[in-house]
Amino acid sequence: MIPRYQKILFVILLAASLAMGGVLWYLLDRAHQRLLTGQDSAPTRAPQVAPAEQATLLVANDADGSLVAQVQSLPLPADPGARARAVLGKLLDLYAAEGSTHPVQGGAVSIAQVFLLAAPESKPAASQGAQVRPVAASRASSGANGPLLAVVNFTSNFAAGHPSGIETETLTLLSICGTLRANLPRVAEVRFLIDGQQHPTLAGHADLTRTYLTAEAAPGEGAKP
Amino acid sequence: MRWTSGSGGAIAFFSVVAAVFAPAGRDAAAQSPSAPPPPYSRYVVVLDAAHGGEDTGARLEGGRLEKSFTLAFSVRLRSLLAARGMQVTTTREQDASVDADRRAAIANHARAQACLSLHASQSGLGVHLYISSLAPASTLRFAPWKTAQAAWVTRSLALAGLLNSTLQHNNVPVILGRTALPGIDSMTCPTVAVEIAPENATGKDASGGKLDDPDYQAHVAEALAAALLEWRTEARQP
Repeated sequence: MIPRYQKILFVILLAASLAMGGVLWYLLDRAHQRLLTGQDSAPTRAPQVAPAEQATLLVANDADGSLVAQVQSLPLPADPGARARAVLGKLLDLYAAEGSTHPVQGGAVSIAQVFLLAAPESKPAASQGAQVRPVAASRASSGANGPLLAVVNFTSNFAAGHPSGIETETLTLLSICGTLRANLPRVAEVRFLIDGQQHPTLAGHADLTRTYLTAEAAPGEGAKP
Repeated sequence: MRWTSGSGGAIAFFSVVAAVFAPAGRDAAAQSPSAPPPPYSRYVVVLDAAHGGEDTGARLEGGRLEKSFTLAFSVRLRSLLAARGMQVTTTREQDASVDADRRAAIANHARAQACLSLHASQSGLGVHLYISSLAPASTLRFAPWKTAQAAWVTRSLALAGLLNSTLQHNNVPVILGRTALPGIDSMTCPTVAVEIAPENATGKDASGGKLDDPDYQAHVAEALAAALLEWRTEARQP
């Protein structure tokens, strides 16, 4: 015979268990709803970072060794470094496309970074310690409109996949120099790195240890003497 | 195209080396780009077969390597030039690695009247003639090694023009250009980099003009030999 007080205790415990189960179910449902609400607030479309603008690309042609100016419309950021990278990325996308006049694999991802620095200037011997100085640090002495040195850092995959030859390598470098000059007129000089390191050549021929002058890569001048 | 040069310390060091390798006993005025070319008592041509050893160069049609092509073409051209009475110096005779400075040193020791750096590529069409992108400069007693070619750029341009006209006369498509190529910027002689590409677009015309076509190679070699013979004649004229 079960005592009466034990029956009452059993009923109370059963009721408490059911109540706790209900509370837990409610809390679980509420957490799930909160999670769904958070997902709904995530952006479903990439924000438009920059309006489309006209950019002039100097596109190389292996058949006749020429550089031809081509106007393209693409989103261009306001920051000069990002702008340079966007323009060069578009140029390399054209080269990677099927039917390109200057076929080079890789595309826009081949440009790891583009840095813009104040171009080295002739200085007294006492101040020649640094070859290049950041733009912000040199504005006081050279002015905000001084010439710039662009440092273009390629990925190693780009160099490894680039066709080897004097003409094709020279045209790649000249078209990059010309494109930078057309869209960022302050860029007077360009140096090239591969994975952040200086390399002797791009793919066995064109010298990457030198500083290239963008003025020499203007259409109709650069590729032909 | 002009270049800015590298470190001052290295240039100072190589200035001495360039002075050693620079042609001696010549009047500086005679080497000036604006002065008429001197009459040559000896006529030496340097053939620089690019790449070699571990440096294979480009991979050409059929898996052939650029280093093999340039060596074979150098041997072929050397025979043609020797048959025309020219003295030929080569930078390599076998599949060996020769660095750019060593090539320039061999060319400068030869005191050549013409230096051809031979290359091959699957890109582009015809023959690509490239000279140094250095700005022309007057001859200095101590020339920086890295820019020693600057005093010879005008003569190099004249040689490239002659090669261009002769090749085009032989119906070979030509592209002229200027580039920064390791080695040729240190040579103290009229220097042209000759890059041989297929005569026709690959796949469009299988009848000939490919890089591995012996007739095409012979055609180009004959044209280059004819141009160098004419260069010899021009150089001899007072």
